[in-house]
Amino acid sequence: MKKFTKLTSAVVPLNIENIDTDQIIPARFLKATTREGFGENLFRDWRYENDNQPKADFVMNNPTYSGQVLVAGKNFGCGSSREHAAWAIQDAGFDAVISSFFADIFKGNALNNGLLPIQVSEEFLSQIFQAVDQNPKSALEVDLENQTVTIIETGATESFEINPYKKSCLINGYDDIDFILNQKQLIKEFEQAR
Amino acid sequence: MSKTLVEKIWDAHVVKSEEGFPDILYIDTHLIHEVTSPQAFDGLRKRGLPVFRPKQTVATADHNVPTLNQLLPIKEELSRYQVDMLTKNCAEFGIELYGLGHPFQGIVHVIGPELGITLPGKTMVCGDSHTSTHGAFGAIAFGIGTSQVEQVFATQCLLQSKPKTMKIEVNGELGKGVGAKDIILYIIAKISAAGGTGYFIEYAGSAIEALSMEARMTICNMSIEMGARGGLIAPDQTTFDYIKGREFAPTGEEWDKALAYWKTLYSDADAKFDSVLTFDAADIAPMITYGTNPGMGMGIQEHIPATGAQPEKEKLSYQKALDYMGFDDDSSLIGKPVDYVFIGSCTNSRIEDLREVADFVKDKRKADNVTVWIVPGSKQVEQQAKNEGLDKIFEAAGFQLREPGCSACLGMNEDKIPAGKYCVSTSNRNFEGRQGQNARTLLASPLTAAAAAVTGRITDVREFLEKA
Repeated sequence: MKKFTKLTSAVVPLNIENIDTDQIIPARFLKATTREGFGENLFRDWRYENDNQPKADFVMNNPTYSGQVLVAGKNFGCGSSREHAAWAIQDAGFDAVISSFFADIFKGNALNNGLLPIQVSEEFLSQIFQAVDQNPKSALEVDLENQTVTIIETGATESFEINPYKKSCLINGYDDIDFILNQKQLIKEFEQAR
Repeated sequence: MSKTLVEKIWDAHVVKSEEGFPDILYIDTHLIHEVTSPQAFDGLRKRGLPVFRPKQTVATADHNVPTLNQLLPIKEELSRYQVDMLTKNCAEFGIELYGLGHPFQGIVHVIGPELGITLPGKTMVCGDSHTSTHGAFGAIAFGIGTSQVEQVFATQCLLQSKPKTMKIEVNGELGKGVGAKDIILYIIAKISAAGGTGYFIEYAGSAIEALSMEARMTICNMSIEMGARGGLIAPDQTTFDYIKGREFAPTGEEWDKALAYWKTLYSDADAKFDSVLTFDAADIAPMITYGTNPGMGMGIQEHIPATGAQPEKEKLSYQKALDYMGFDDDSSLIGKPVDYVFIGSCTNSRIEDLREVADFVKDKRKADNVTVWIVPGSKQVEQQAKNEGLDKIFEAAGFQLREPGCSACLGMNEDKIPAGKYCVSTSNRNFEGRQGQNARTLLASPLTAAAAAVTGRITDVREFLEKA
């Protein structure tokens, strides 16, 4: 799994709430049998017309905005359990997603792929949107070790929560399977005791 | 110590619990399908691992399958490849597959219960968010991502933090024309599409206890639509009667032993929930959604809430949803023309749903402006519908009874709703483009969908019931 420690980057703001995984990656693109290549269809129907022309008003088509951090409204990633959503975001070049609230399954999927979901307060989320509104190049610093996110321009900073086990997985690039395979004897004993 | 139902089942499946780590939770049954499994099988190959407990894994093809001429090769190349890949992977790793042509094939959340695979007290997972359906039997069942599918393949366990618990009580009697789908759409409208996030929900109360197993499955199925990982209902005589005699249900001494255990599966009277909500069944009307998440629902006679009444931060997203749907705020949906009616999906494709629709449309005919698809949840449901002559009733009404699969719930196969068209759907999600690019979905119960099919418009089904 991809490691994550620290990141300084401008952001791509998507100030919409309840962004579901069908928007992130529509079902018709779930037919692939590998993990790669989903990025080009990230937000497909918001990003492109039916004739594949980019929609000028969508933020990812606006060259003013770029960066490795996606910032979105609350309840990001609701709906389907498709891990393809996390793959698509990562494949499109993002390393972190910031929102004031994440759907459970998406959050787990992101963490299992080294894509850091950062939950901040509503107020801090508004501050990020404001900063980017005033200066599209406004950058954030994400520090996983210290669990902080900082708006560099204003110096405003907020700490975020992350499960300590998941944090160490991200920092070291380990995944759950690496961890759990070491417990196989215990699992067999559990089965026998039932 | 008194425990909730979730805690009882959870604690019985913890292999290891250690401070600072998620629990290692043992999984009794792993259900898989063609869309979220191929990358997990690939992961096993890369690590050189077998499926640890193939006999606790069951596969079916449902998301991508056509619902007409299922025995012919799948026309769409990528869909065919994905379904073929499932067949190959199951053969390679020794997993039972109920694929196309098998009498047990169907939507994964329909076949588990009907085959007696879903049982009280089990832990069950599937790479599909509607796995919560199985909670109707008093099981801990939840959707997982593909990395977790690989984890369960490799170890029959999952790393999971214990969820918070919520109890939702619905008491009293439902009105005429109001069913399980209306209950759950009502609850979601009340607590929002995020209101259950982080929780496992136990549904209780006299209105829930009075429901059939099919109806309970409809309720638990949509737990994820308010963000909850799972929903469950304590097993009772209704549950036991449903399970008894099913294909893989325990028999003889095994049955007696299982039954004795199942009867201990309830939340203790003084068990503490992290949150408790109570609703009155009499307040619930036939429901319909007007927006682009399942929380945007209302009683069918109500007006769409005004944009101005939304919290400041949410106005933009709210208006965007109404624009997508082509609806004005503060307006009624009654009488709006519809183009498609879809009766199917893991929410409402069971025999009881089909019977209810058939009973309603008997001696009626669909409106000319509407295309009606009825997609049974499984081969067994399809066969039973035919045995009961429901197919003849549908045919006479101008409805098309198709073959089982997820179909127009998510439009991965050819069953897509065209751009701009309105579909009254018994499925679970009204997200933008869910049923096809720019398709507009209105979620409702099978009865409300059937009424729309007959009139060609959004209709309060109670108008028919009062006349009768």
